[in-house]
Amino acid sequence: MDWLFLQKYTPMYIEAAGLTLRIAAIGILLSFAVGLVCSVVQQLKIPVLRQIVGGYIELSRNTPLLVQLFFLYFGFPRLGIMISSELCGIIGLAFLGGSYMAEAFRSGIDSIEQTQIESGLSIGLSKMQLIRYIVLPQAVSVSVPAFCANIIFLIKETSVFSAVALADLMYVAKDLIGLYYNTNEALLLLVIAYLVLLLPISVVSTIIERRLRHARFGN
Amino acid sequence: MAELRCGILSDVLLEIKHLKKSFGDTEVLRDLSLDVHTGEVIVVIGPSGCGKSTFLRCLNGLEKVQGGEIRLKGNLITGSKTDWQKVRQQIGMVFQSYDLFPNMTVLQNLTLGPVKVQKRSREEAAETARKLLARVGLAEKENAFPRELSGGQKQRAAIVRALILNPEIILFDEVTAALDPEMVREVLDVILELAKSGSTMVIVTHEMQFARAVADRVVFIDGGEIVETSPPEEFFTNPKTERARKFLNMFQFDKRKEEP
Repeated sequence: MDWLFLQKYTPMYIEAAGLTLRIAAIGILLSFAVGLVCSVVQQLKIPVLRQIVGGYIELSRNTPLLVQLFFLYFGFPRLGIMISSELCGIIGLAFLGGSYMAEAFRSGIDSIEQTQIESGLSIGLSKMQLIRYIVLPQAVSVSVPAFCANIIFLIKETSVFSAVALADLMYVAKDLIGLYYNTNEALLLLVIAYLVLLLPISVVSTIIERRLRHARFGN
Repeated sequence: MAELRCGILSDVLLEIKHLKKSFGDTEVLRDLSLDVHTGEVIVVIGPSGCGKSTFLRCLNGLEKVQGGEIRLKGNLITGSKTDWQKVRQQIGMVFQSYDLFPNMTVLQNLTLGPVKVQKRSREEAAETARKLLARVGLAEKENAFPRELSGGQKQRAAIVRALILNPEIILFDEVTAALDPEMVREVLDVILELAKSGSTMVIVTHEMQFARAVADRVVFIDGGEIVETSPPEEFFTNPKTERARKFLNMFQFDKRKEEP
């Protein structure tokens, strides 16, 4: 084990971890927004939009992120649209994550009893008010475990960003291996870096899930 | 025009004419006509699956009707342009499964409609809610979540949730059917008190003693049509129709013969 190597290149990993986290955070926030919009469209059964959302979800869930990124990074410039690596990563993550988040929202919405909806209607709530005050708050609490799993999944998916020349953790590790052949050290740092990023999220999500179970709604 | 308990003639509040409702090929309501007068308490009884719950649900637009018409204070509400949001504020409904919103406290459950739908001030809504809660014996429970209440308490809160919108008429759909026997009374007492204070109500129930006590008129539905409409005393002691008699007999038990 080359301790000097570890010492010397740890700062590079930290920097790359920062970039990974930043892009993941933006991408995941966007994927929540995309997922929410999609699930509302599906819930309200808005014609046309609903079919588009259905098509998007199938496309997004059944193609690998790497393919989606290549499409953005190499395909769009051919149409005259240049996209930076970072933007590519963010859009790609939002595109992939949006469908998973939509499904997570849907599982929560499906868990709501029809009688809750009817009670809401019977006091004169509009469809949007029904969604805002009754459906979403209840759905979100049911969806939290799925949200947490998706967040961790999406952060791990960022490891393919190196393919579009984004200097994330994976990219740094591959770079160092190519330059110095210190495979063991470079990969060890990579594993540690991902664990440092993901373990806290995993622990926090377990705590949140447990709390929700305790405070579970029950009519 | 109809004669009420107190003998005063009053206006028709809800006018139901030749109502038809079917689910697919199954006809649930064949041809149902009924006038509900202001201040009147109508109790709807009938065997399971006779269409009485569907009838109530048609009255506030939870089910679309296939024929006939419903008028509220003379205004047609079965047309395609009906603003159900508006109508539902005037026709309140309480359900069997006391569906308070589990993500809100009792007070929030009650003020949601007044504040968000009727744009009343939060203070006024909360104050009214407290008064009504006290009236149904739940003064201490305004900050409780539904999961902390018993079935009977939840149902009483649900009644207040309908009441606080100042509806012209309240529909009760088997509101005690899901309750433990010892909690039925507390809910029925609240409804009885409302009836005494002059609220107009249509009540679907299986509680025959209660029906007898609360009703101005009993409407007996069987097979999707009104078979008999009578004052409660007459209906329960001397029903006009054979079908009503048969139905009422189901609630009677012959005494077990003693062995010689």
